[in-house]
Amino acid sequence: MKTNPLEVARLVAARDLRLAFRKPSQLLQPLMFFMIVATLFPLTLTPEMSRLRDAAPGVLWVGALLSSLLALEFLFRDDAQDGTLEQFALSGQSLTWMLFAKTCVHWLLTGLPLALSAPIAAMTLGVPGSAMWSVVASLALGGFALSLIGAISAGLTLGARRGGVLLSLLTLPLAVPILVYGANATQLAIAGEAIGPPMYLLGAIAVLGVTLAPLAAAAAVRIGLE
Amino acid sequence: MLSVAGLHLWRGERHVLRGVSFTAEPGQCVLLTGKNGAGKTTLLRAIAGLLDPEEGQVQWRGAAARANRDEFHSEVAYLGHEPPLKGDLTGRENLHYSIGIRRTLSPDEIDAALARTGARDFADRAVRTLSAGQRRRVALAGVLLTEALLWLLDEPTTNLDADGQQLVATLIEEQLARSGIVVAAVHHSLALAEGRLTQLELGAR
Repeated sequence: MKTNPLEVARLVAARDLRLAFRKPSQLLQPLMFFMIVATLFPLTLTPEMSRLRDAAPGVLWVGALLSSLLALEFLFRDDAQDGTLEQFALSGQSLTWMLFAKTCVHWLLTGLPLALSAPIAAMTLGVPGSAMWSVVASLALGGFALSLIGAISAGLTLGARRGGVLLSLLTLPLAVPILVYGANATQLAIAGEAIGPPMYLLGAIAVLGVTLAPLAAAAAVRIGLE
Repeated sequence: MLSVAGLHLWRGERHVLRGVSFTAEPGQCVLLTGKNGAGKTTLLRAIAGLLDPEEGQVQWRGAAARANRDEFHSEVAYLGHEPPLKGDLTGRENLHYSIGIRRTLSPDEIDAALARTGARDFADRAVRTLSAGQRRRVALAGVLLTEALLWLLDEPTTNLDADGQQLVATLIEEQLARSGIVVAAVHHSLALAEGRLTQLELGAR
């Protein structure tokens, strides 16, 4: 009997989670990168908390974007190299659905831990405790949107040599709105203001990503497999 | 049932497939032979739908395979040069996840397939610790588990010892006896019954 779509997603997710925990170095690399960037910044800029606080949204979001780019390189690469993606494409199941499941797991393993560890980095940048939940929420939502958009680039660069550079070049322009609204949300949270408007916009980008990105990623992966 | 008609395919400047045509009916095995670079793998990938030919068509059950891609793929098992296995998972886990996305299967079925291909003894070891031949046996168990009607096999005996090569021939015979179709790219002939065999030699360019 053909496997139902929910079970397909569960199996794809379970496999990726199991692999990730057997090879945790790939998981830790982006997180470590983010923490190092965010915590080294105060040492090089200024010890003044007020100035650091002003720079915090930019530092946190640029760090998150760059570490997310690092992680995106691994999204489909191993699966393409060992033939898993080919088997996905030939499984008779929806490739779009399977790649969506993979992207969600990717966010769960890289974007979410980064968002959850952001308060530590934010503290070193003088972000007040009252803004921490907003920082975590905006990074979690923005990180999800980044994973979805990055999945398209990861698919497009599958067959390319030095795909990492190309992946960054393709993802960065698409990621700019996320960077702008995310940094704005963090800025508003630090100022003690409502973060609703930029969060709604981040949410809208994420919804758009959920709707379109898996389709585009599947088409890109099929091209990449040729 | 499987019809390949006038397939032309270029890889860059190379015209790899030049009007390849053949048909295969249930219970028939098509062996693709030819020198390195003759296009055997390319043809298998084109039949599977992993490559888009510039001209020609692959038909399955009388309809274009591309038009009903998911239905076609649910009846195809493709085994490439390298077994599609994750090194950090065991053989059993690999089959559970990779075949599980195609069809519901029980641990007993996995066990039986592993036993059939002689891979049960090392099925609980991480694949990266297995030899190339052992990996091939695990991958062959995966092909069996798909229960696909059409097998597309690229050098299925690679890295296998004499027993393993005989096993591949037996598995193919059994697949043909079930009215399945096998298209296999081979360098060395397989010990198969003549009546069911069609040989297609592809020219090296």
